[in-house]
Amino acid sequence: MTIRKTLSLTTAFALCATGVFAQDVTLTIESWRNDDITIWRTQIIPAFEAAHPGIKLDFQPTAPAQYNSALNSKLDAGTAGDIVTCRAFDASLQLFERGQLSDLTDLPGMANYSDVAKSAWSTDDGSQTFCVPLASVIHGFIYNADIFNELGLEVPTTEEEFFAVLDAIQAEGSYIPMAMGINDQWEAATMGFANIGVNFWRGEEGRAALIAGESRLTDEEWVAPFRQLARWSPYLGRGFESQSYPDSQNLFTLGRAAIYPSGSWEIAGFREQADFEMGAFPPPVPAGTEGCYISDHTDMGIGLNAASPNQEAGRIFLDWLTGAEASTLFANAIPGFFPLSSAEVTLEDPLAEEFLSWRGQCESTIRPFHQIVSRGTPNLSNESWTASANVMRGTWTPEEAGEALQAGLSSWYAPHQ
Amino acid sequence: MSRSRAPRRPIRWHIAVFLAPALIVYTAIMIIPLFGTLNLSLFTRGEGNTREFVGLANFATLFGDPRWSGAFWNATWNNLWFFIIHMLVQNPIGVALAAILSSPRLRFAAFYRTAIFIPAILSFVIVGFVWRLILSPLWGVAPNMMDAIGLGNWFAPWLGQESSALTTLALISVWQFVGIPMMLIYAALLSIPDEVLEAAEMDGITGASQFWKIKLPLILPTIGIISILTFVGNFNAFDLIYVAQGALAGPNYSTDILGSFLFRTFFGFQLQLGDPHMGATVATVMFFIILAGVSLYLFGIQTRLRRYQF
Repeated sequence: MTIRKTLSLTTAFALCATGVFAQDVTLTIESWRNDDITIWRTQIIPAFEAAHPGIKLDFQPTAPAQYNSALNSKLDAGTAGDIVTCRAFDASLQLFERGQLSDLTDLPGMANYSDVAKSAWSTDDGSQTFCVPLASVIHGFIYNADIFNELGLEVPTTEEEFFAVLDAIQAEGSYIPMAMGINDQWEAATMGFANIGVNFWRGEEGRAALIAGESRLTDEEWVAPFRQLARWSPYLGRGFESQSYPDSQNLFTLGRAAIYPSGSWEIAGFREQADFEMGAFPPPVPAGTEGCYISDHTDMGIGLNAASPNQEAGRIFLDWLTGAEASTLFANAIPGFFPLSSAEVTLEDPLAEEFLSWRGQCESTIRPFHQIVSRGTPNLSNESWTASANVMRGTWTPEEAGEALQAGLSSWYAPHQ
Repeated sequence: MSRSRAPRRPIRWHIAVFLAPALIVYTAIMIIPLFGTLNLSLFTRGEGNTREFVGLANFATLFGDPRWSGAFWNATWNNLWFFIIHMLVQNPIGVALAAILSSPRLRFAAFYRTAIFIPAILSFVIVGFVWRLILSPLWGVAPNMMDAIGLGNWFAPWLGQESSALTTLALISVWQFVGIPMMLIYAALLSIPDEVLEAAEMDGITGASQFWKIKLPLILPTIGIISILTFVGNFNAFDLIYVAQGALAGPNYSTDILGSFLFRTFFGFQLQLGDPHMGATVATVMFFIILAGVSLYLFGIQTRLRRYQF
């Protein structure tokens, strides 16, 4: 009797409980950012829930390598969470075109984002946006300030000064001027070509012209960055051909190299590894150019599952993410991944602050081959890895690299045929 | 009634019953996927996620389109070179090691046998990582050791140069797997009866000529098996390239073999989305290459090998 009584009591209580909590909406968040789980659970979720009683959040990350396929199958099966972290460009665009992501164009907070920031999660004509831009990474050069002080070097701002600094470090001989390898190839394309090239093709202007078919990859503005990359090779130290990405990171954090061409995503890791002062400078400007540009690459967005029953609550959450409070929380929790919102953000990490300050001085753009032009086979972005590495290895001339990329693009992309 | 019927033999059900588990499992996990792959290569993705039958058009693209065929033949030649290195280096060294190990006068034979075989049981990930470290121009022991014996100028970042990367990787793979031919041939050598060797000695055939004239002909069938295992293994290889050079098989695709080419095509890489249909086409061609190689061996070589019964 007692057992039965307890059971029925429990059931009654459980029913009551469900009744009570039925007003509460729980939003499940799909993400590939395993690393951020503590930040979500201890900072972001409590901050949001405190401001919005009645909406609960549940952060459910998947392993990064499996995220895309896992998310696609969950969306197809109707078991995906309410909130979906969006990969940049085509992966998410495909979901939107299949009607699996809600249209967020009229979300009030969208006004806080520039067109560049929204480009990764907008339709090709830019008329509809389906994810809130969450974070970007900024390219630049990180330098070892101790070495710069020791050798009495000034931070370079022009291309000429940049090579003068490299020559000075080379001549002194104690340090490798620049830590970069081409074994993994992506450094050459991402931290090399996309990093410095923005000043040559003038950011968004050149990127748009390429997409429209008005400029070709054999034009001077696309070949010149290759030419500069080829000049880097003598400064990279012995055996850079088989130096891998972690090798370069270690060279720099061990204090054996003075400059590290890279991006803001390294900040958190370098803070742990390096015990010297670090500074950063944006890509040096080539002679005779006006203004400056930075690669401020959109990396992570967040959207709403179109099949979710909690559209209203979902929009409230996404709108909150566009605001200053959420942006500041994010930016400080993961230094180096910068909020894309134009809301006022204060950063505690001086190196991250330095990177972010360039947004005020220079024009932002994204990596040149990520939108639209990498949709076919051969894939322009992947080809650019090989081309940049070949140029730095000296097996291709800059002109050959431009021609090879152009030939690949022309083979499938109508505006270039 | 002159013809009396022979008593009918009962149907031997137990044969089917005993074969069934293996047959069912093999069919389910090997034969059906194989035909699934062949089937997949005959379709392409149409508008709005539908499948369209295109016949052999994917194969026409693979062999006819200059980019696809360029990449495909590059991978095939690289793969062939990978195989040639194994045949020229791994198998002769394996035979030589086995011959030395089977010598009764060698001390610590068991230790050498184990030491040489151990790399074969290591994971590709470990082998790739360790060798990248050894050959690293920054932290590797290779440059220092070469410096110490005065060959420092001969060191080059081998894994990063187009001309040497593939050969270097092939030699790493040889280092890893040389224990397998060694073990198989060692076992074959041990199975040669002493009477045969004693008879040879009576006829005055000893030492090296005994190896060439008596032992080698007796182990030829084993060498044949090893060659075909090497062939199949090499044309299915992928792991070492992926671990050491990544999916783009750099520098400049010089280490791209069929396995890595298939991986990039089927699963995509970075911004390139995967294309299961072209991937299946590549897989099908790989299947036929291996099938052709194995058939050539089975019908052209194995039937001519002389076997000796003791």
